[in-house]
Amino acid sequence: MALGNLSSSPSSNTSELHVLAVDDSLVDRKVIERLLRISACKVTTVESGTRALQYLGLDGDKGSSGLKDLKVNLIVTDYSMPGLTGYELLKKIKESSAFREIPVVIMSSENIQPRIEQCMTEGAEDFLLKPVKLADVKRLKELIMRGGEAEEEKTSNLSPKRILQNVFFLFFIVFFIITNIVIFIMLFPLRKDETRI
Amino acid sequence: MDTLVAQLQRQFRDYTISLYHQGFLDDQFTELKKLQDECSPDFVAEVVSLFFEDCEKLIGNMARALDQTGNVDFNLVGSSVHQLKGSSSSVGAKRVKGLCVTFKECCDSQNFEGCVRCLQQVDIEYKSLKAKLQDLFSLEQQIVQAGGRIPQVDI
Repeated sequence: MALGNLSSSPSSNTSELHVLAVDDSLVDRKVIERLLRISACKVTTVESGTRALQYLGLDGDKGSSGLKDLKVNLIVTDYSMPGLTGYELLKKIKESSAFREIPVVIMSSENIQPRIEQCMTEGAEDFLLKPVKLADVKRLKELIMRGGEAEEEKTSNLSPKRILQNVFFLFFIVFFIITNIVIFIMLFPLRKDETRI
Repeated sequence: MDTLVAQLQRQFRDYTISLYHQGFLDDQFTELKKLQDECSPDFVAEVVSLFFEDCEKLIGNMARALDQTGNVDFNLVGSSVHQLKGSSSSVGAKRVKGLCVTFKECCDSQNFEGCVRCLQQVDIEYKSLKAKLQDLFSLEQQIVQAGGRIPQVDI
């Protein structure tokens, strides 16, 4: 029961999330950027869904390999934006094989239940009501980090949980074998004492 | 006998409390203050400044749209009001936000006189808030210049 290969994931050792924040309002961009920075996240802000797709390299322009130099761990987007809405951006991201795993959070100033449900059904991680507060961002970050750790544990063969599991399994097998040997010896004694029942 | 710093700090505290009690500011302004620290000491002033620029721009757009007598694009006005409501909400400009709610209703019902009235009120309100916040920031500067610390005000 050999322990598996070492699987290294690029951003596994950093606890800093890189967040792409999308909002057409300059005021809101400034606020969300600060909220995220103060929560120890790297932040890139863009002013539209179209710019967000360009940044990710999803705009269909074969020439662009994406402007990003850092892997994006989370996308936070406003719902009501001119051009591509937050919902449409969410759909495009979830349709892309490269980016569908990135959690997307929608922000809106309007608490419209059908809208929230529509976004969650499409795969949004969460729906934040504006104005966004520090507590919201902290809670979100914990949620994403926990999700990331669970993901890593699934893929990494060297996680403590996995090692423990392997060790228990090993002991169980050895115990099973020894028990069987003992039972075998007791039921079928050695040739010298054949007369003993 | 109060020192200058103590006097200024008391003035600052009283003024801040009055702004909240009179409904100029709400919770969200407090949230913005939490985001200010030694690394970003002017954060609130910067955001608020962006907000006032936004006000000017959006009010200008709305005024132009409402000027098109007989051919007013209420959707355009409504969309500008929505943006203004959003940014006023993000900075804690409570009165401006409240006016935007009324304004939006006038747009939705295509009430021209109502829209014009609301536009005038929003214009007055944001300028009034701008002046008050300028006074508040000025008090902060005076405290710092006098060698004091800006007090934390619990509302």
